[in-house]
Amino acid sequence: MKSRNLILFIVLAMVVVFTAGEVLAERIEIHWWHAMRSARGEVCNTMIKAFNDSQDKYTVIGTNKGNYDETVNAGVAAIRAKKQPHILQSFEVGTQTMMLSGAVYPVYELMADAGYNVNWKDYLQPVLSYYMDANGNLVSMPFNSSTPVMYYNVDLFKKAGLAPLDKSTPVTWDELGGMLDKIVKSGTPGGMVTAWQSWTQIENYSAIHNIPFASKSNGYEGLDCELLINNDKVVNHITRLKSWMKDGRFFYGGQKYQGPKAEFIAQNAAVYIDSISGIAKIQKAVKDFTWDVAPLPVESWMKEPQNSIIGGASNWVLKGHSKEEYAGVAAFLEFLANNDMQIYWHKETGYFPITLTAYKALKDQGYYKEFPYQEVGIKQMTRRDPTTISRGLRLGYFIQIRNIINEELELVWNDTKSPQEALDNAVKRSNELLRTFEKTYQ
Amino acid sequence: MIKRSIFSNRFLPYILILPQILVTATFFYWPALQGLMQSMMLSDPFGLHNRFVWFDNFIQLFRDPLYLQSVATTLIFSASTAFVSISTGLFLATLANRALKAKAVIRTFLIWPYAVAPAISGVLWLFLLHPSYGVVSLAIKRWFGTDWNPVLNGTDALLMVIMASAWKQISYNFVFFMAGLQAIPHSLIEAAAMDGASPFRRFWAIIIPMLSPTLFFVTVMNIIFAFFETFGVIHTVTQGGPGGATNILVYKVYQDGFIGLNLGSSAAQSIVLMSLIIFITVMQFKYVERRVQYTG
Repeated sequence: MKSRNLILFIVLAMVVVFTAGEVLAERIEIHWWHAMRSARGEVCNTMIKAFNDSQDKYTVIGTNKGNYDETVNAGVAAIRAKKQPHILQSFEVGTQTMMLSGAVYPVYELMADAGYNVNWKDYLQPVLSYYMDANGNLVSMPFNSSTPVMYYNVDLFKKAGLAPLDKSTPVTWDELGGMLDKIVKSGTPGGMVTAWQSWTQIENYSAIHNIPFASKSNGYEGLDCELLINNDKVVNHITRLKSWMKDGRFFYGGQKYQGPKAEFIAQNAAVYIDSISGIAKIQKAVKDFTWDVAPLPVESWMKEPQNSIIGGASNWVLKGHSKEEYAGVAAFLEFLANNDMQIYWHKETGYFPITLTAYKALKDQGYYKEFPYQEVGIKQMTRRDPTTISRGLRLGYFIQIRNIINEELELVWNDTKSPQEALDNAVKRSNELLRTFEKTYQ
Repeated sequence: MIKRSIFSNRFLPYILILPQILVTATFFYWPALQGLMQSMMLSDPFGLHNRFVWFDNFIQLFRDPLYLQSVATTLIFSASTAFVSISTGLFLATLANRALKAKAVIRTFLIWPYAVAPAISGVLWLFLLHPSYGVVSLAIKRWFGTDWNPVLNGTDALLMVIMASAWKQISYNFVFFMAGLQAIPHSLIEAAAMDGASPFRRFWAIIIPMLSPTLFFVTVMNIIFAFFETFGVIHTVTQGGPGGATNILVYKVYQDGFIGLNLGSSAAQSIVLMSLIIFITVMQFKYVERRVQYTG
């Protein structure tokens, strides 16, 4: 008797479990693979939960696939195995590769097909322009966007007799040179360090001064583009930084961000150029001095500096899913762009709010009165409408090109090459890669 | 005397080795063939655009002066790492073999670093040798006045990664040398001592020949370690920099293939790397192994 009861119980339990599964499965699952970890990952989870709770048709499942490289590689493997997620986050340097992949459902099409009439004019244009095709159609949905700014140590500035910098009018490079001279003379070990040197000192330098980085509108208008960074202006800028190394006004803290940031935190350098997304970490790490943020310096001849360009990543919708699922994807992307989410995202991570409405709402809340340094990046990036030169970069094998630029710059910093030689060589090596890339897609 | 087993059934031996062949084919030959195919193609990461280009990827590699430099860097790096770790390991093993008190404790301590992952070992050495916050580098600057800066100077960086990689491998070599030394009969050494051979002479004429199988094994293993497993050290410490000074082949494969998504070139590099390591190992077996004296 007992065992019969048990069997009956198991059968009943199974029936309940499976039917419950059926009921739950009515919600359509949307998979989102992203590269946001730790604190940022938590913010993503909160946003996903908010979306899932806000409606009962879709369940978004977010999965962290590691850092940017790992996430892209996970996506690549998944697409090859035809098991791709609906949404894949990919970093900005991979834009060209993703656009040409043939595996992507362009966001402007998706939103139109799903019946959303998105007011793209309300978005921050320099952010959108990075992810648009040559015709101005948005291919991927910007997600986390940042731009480089200049952090400085207010105490060390004071010690050198310098006043804090303005938050909207940039100083000129010549002025900065004079300031750094005073700082070094006042006993600070070093003047300035920079993170991500290719991004901050060449890519953004070129955009701000409206100098083409590559031909064919920085690659937007054709795969047959060539790098142009060995022009006089960029060479002069690198030559100046190199000359600053002699008296300690500039020193090289290593690639990426760890090295230079440590120098800034240890007060070995008074000025540090890095992405606005570093604000949260600097806030946490710096306890013993006051710091602030100013826009990136410009040349004195540049009377109307252009917008700086973005870094970060965007969300790509991948092909191969059903129409119902895409409706859910569109709903989720729409949800992420709404005011509440954008305000929450900006406050928690420091990345830009993506729409002007959200930006305005933050302003009205008085957020920027309380945290004025959070606004420096947005102001710098939106100070002018992007030109065909400052709207972004669209290069194949861009990650490797950045590596090449890094390598060649390091050879300048350690006296192996002159700035002109190094940049000529960077152009030559990058162009070979660009030709290989072009050949792949012929 | 070579022993042979005779099977009466003609197919039985093939069936018996089938599992091994299957495993090897699936996990070694199949990927290697795939790599060979990929190395002759230009393809996008998603595999939707493929173009067969014969040996273009290889030609491009060998036309690139930086690739040849990376080959040279790898050879220097591997040879130095193997040399430092083998000689130090042997030196320590000889000393530890003689130590009478606390022998076990000393040995245990010397084996510990092997438990440290290469990436962690790299970070530890970076903490010691970083130009701004490294204790050792500050000491070098203060006492010797030399400008030590592995962040900027290629030679310094190469030295640092060699030290970090060799340090960890010393323990591995130590274990093998220790075992090898203990297998040498004491009577031989004592007899030599009675004949008036100096300790150095005993080491050179008795211990080294008796140890040669171990030495040979350890050399092969160390070269392979230096070629492949040091990836973690490079990745955490220098990322191949500054200016490509520590960009060893295996790191370049990773950077171009995994991060840069340039699969054709990366596959070609893997093939070159594979050929190089096969060549080195074959050479070792062909020329070095002749001098090895296997006993027993």
